Amino acid sequence: MGERKGMEIALAAAEAVALCKPDVIAAYPITPNTHIPEHLSDIVAEGRLDAEFICVESEHSALSACMGASGAGARAFTATSSQGLLYMAEVMPIASSMRLPIVMALGNRSLSGPLSIWNDHSDIMSQRDTGWISLFAANGQEVIDMMIQAFKIAEDRNVMLPINVNLDGFQLTHVVEVMDFPLQEEVDDFLPIYQPYASLHPDHPCSMGALGLPEIYAEATKAREAAMVNSKETILKVWDEWERHFGRRYDPVQSYKIEGAEIAMLTMGSMSDTAEVAIDALRAQGVPIGLLKLMLWRPFPYDELKKAVKGVKSLIVKDRCVSFGGPGGPVASEIRSALYNEPRRPDITNYIFGLGGRDVAVEDFIKMIDKVRFADKRTPKEHYEFYGVRGE
Amino acid sequence: MGNFDLYAPKLVDREEYFSPGHRACQGCGEALAVRLMCKALGKDTVIINATGCMEVVSSLYPTTAWKLPWIHVAFPNAAAVGSGVEAGLKALRRKGRIPDRDVKAVAMGGDGGTLDIGIQALSGAMERGHDLLYVCFDNEAYMNTGIQRSSATPFGASTTTAPPGAVSMGNKTWKKNLPEIMVAHNIPYVATACNSYPLDFINKVQKAKAIKGPSYIHCLSVCPTGWRSPSETCIKMGRLAVETGVFPLYEVENGKYNMTVSMPETLRPIEDYIKHQGRFRHLSPEQIRIFQDRTNLEYKKLLDKIEHSRSWDEISAE
Repeated sequence: MGERKGMEIALAAAEAVALCKPDVIAAYPITPNTHIPEHLSDIVAEGRLDAEFICVESEHSALSACMGASGAGARAFTATSSQGLLYMAEVMPIASSMRLPIVMALGNRSLSGPLSIWNDHSDIMSQRDTGWISLFAANGQEVIDMMIQAFKIAEDRNVMLPINVNLDGFQLTHVVEVMDFPLQEEVDDFLPIYQPYASLHPDHPCSMGALGLPEIYAEATKAREAAMVNSKETILKVWDEWERHFGRRYDPVQSYKIEGAEIAMLTMGSMSDTAEVAIDALRAQGVPIGLLKLMLWRPFPYDELKKAVKGVKSLIVKDRCVSFGGPGGPVASEIRSALYNEPRRPDITNYIFGLGGRDVAVEDFIKMIDKVRFADKRTPKEHYEFYGVRGE
Repeated sequence: MGNFDLYAPKLVDREEYFSPGHRACQGCGEALAVRLMCKALGKDTVIINATGCMEVVSSLYPTTAWKLPWIHVAFPNAAAVGSGVEAGLKALRRKGRIPDRDVKAVAMGGDGGTLDIGIQALSGAMERGHDLLYVCFDNEAYMNTGIQRSSATPFGASTTTAPPGAVSMGNKTWKKNLPEIMVAHNIPYVATACNSYPLDFINKVQKAKAIKGPSYIHCLSVCPTGWRSPSETCIKMGRLAVETGVFPLYEVENGKYNMTVSMPETLRPIEDYIKHQGRFRHLSPEQIRIFQDRTNLEYKKLLDKIEHSRSWDEISAE
């Protein structure tokens, strides 16, 4: 098996990408992502990776260049955060409509304004419906693993969709952890060279990105939706394969101490590891509580979610993003919607917190859980609640 | 180059890479220019197309007018996508995954996709030195969306967003000089061209193709629809643009300016050009004089550069 060493997670992400031997990397570094492309440029400069590194003049061009490279049949990688992702927004849905398996590391960061370089999930949630597969990593090990899995999933002939791996800015990108690094030959064995279905070469000319009249647009969109829904099968297959190769298990909805739990908390990203500590503390007091960790955001894992909440009476959903004037945070809204038709669905409480890099401590989780546990059942519940906001 | 001009038509590919059956308007100068460009480029080419007239008329799914590999992504990013295509082909060729021969990445867009929304990506791609030819097909407004002004729209022209009225004369600004902005990027080859001078255009495309590095061609593409001129006057309009000095044909090779099409001893008055076009119909004699003066000035500035500029090799040899 691979090598175990301590490293900053952003650098580890770059090392994992290098193990996948991308042909073209295009990036316009933005905090908190900067260390990923920086370290990749080091790796290329050292001659450890044979790739074209394009220092583009904007995020819009970063993703555009990746599309050109991917269209030409190359394995392409980029990274971004926050406003950078919004600057790519025009190109995001085009990449998925053209079925180009680009891989992106998304160091999640809040959106301006006010200007904030720190973490929440408002960047990815703003691009939720652009047809990209979205994975959420909770720690450094998951970042490394998901980076490598991402190429394999995206490039599968049954998928052919772009994919972003979400890692919380600073909470993950700038933290040093001890992680297992697979060996190059192990990755080579797991991830074959990218074989495009069609590519831009005069030996077999094709047109990519044609104009769609009303007669075809809905059909093209439905086909893309079908590809996205069907990609889950491949994702599960790749995760099974990953477990066989590397011994670590991945599931769309990972559960922690969920056996016999009447209350469950649902989290995404780096707060999941903190939440586990809170669950441990409450379990030690005899509280029947467990944790559900959403690792796959798109395609949405309906079946796995329904199975995971069986027997749970109260579900506390954490959102690190606001849907202004909406029915709650984007995650909670979707969980509610996903469970609405279930005959026995849990009562759902939605907390919006940890915005713009606000610390999320173990005590915060316990306080939120206690509020639900000791709530006066006669008082009607709001759709959602901001937690820990001062001046209220 | 005289002999080359004579034989150039015979050297051009007989294959039609931009095939008939596209949906361009009658008398479209741009469609003609694109067809000639593809012939001059030949088979080993990848076309990267910005959103615009040519994308819309040529790629109506499930049909395509392109026999070359072709990709369209969005309005502002043809140059950036082209950077990626070039880098991708380079990497794959180096790694032995595609045949080991030159394939030129050629990005193209209209004046909107090039001078306005796409100028950042274009500047970036040129500055980074990709082996990329960018061709702007300039029809002097956003014709695809309904004749709105662009920064390439000439002084005084009527457009749907710069209409003449009781207190307006139409477009108040001067055409942005993008070839000069490209020269300032210190790229090895910049040229202007026009669909009405096919051999000159073909020569320039072939020259640009042979260059290893970034190159830029600015092709005036007559648009009868937007210029409010009869379809059959397409070629004539292009000729008049050149003969009046409104759009002189020149190239800048390694810093050295050359006129590529011989100009009349004295330029024709711009009335000869603008009187055929409905977009200038409203101009007063005074406005025409302002247009004429500016045209004279720009032309003199160009002649000055042609006379005094030297190639980088000449300068460094001193």
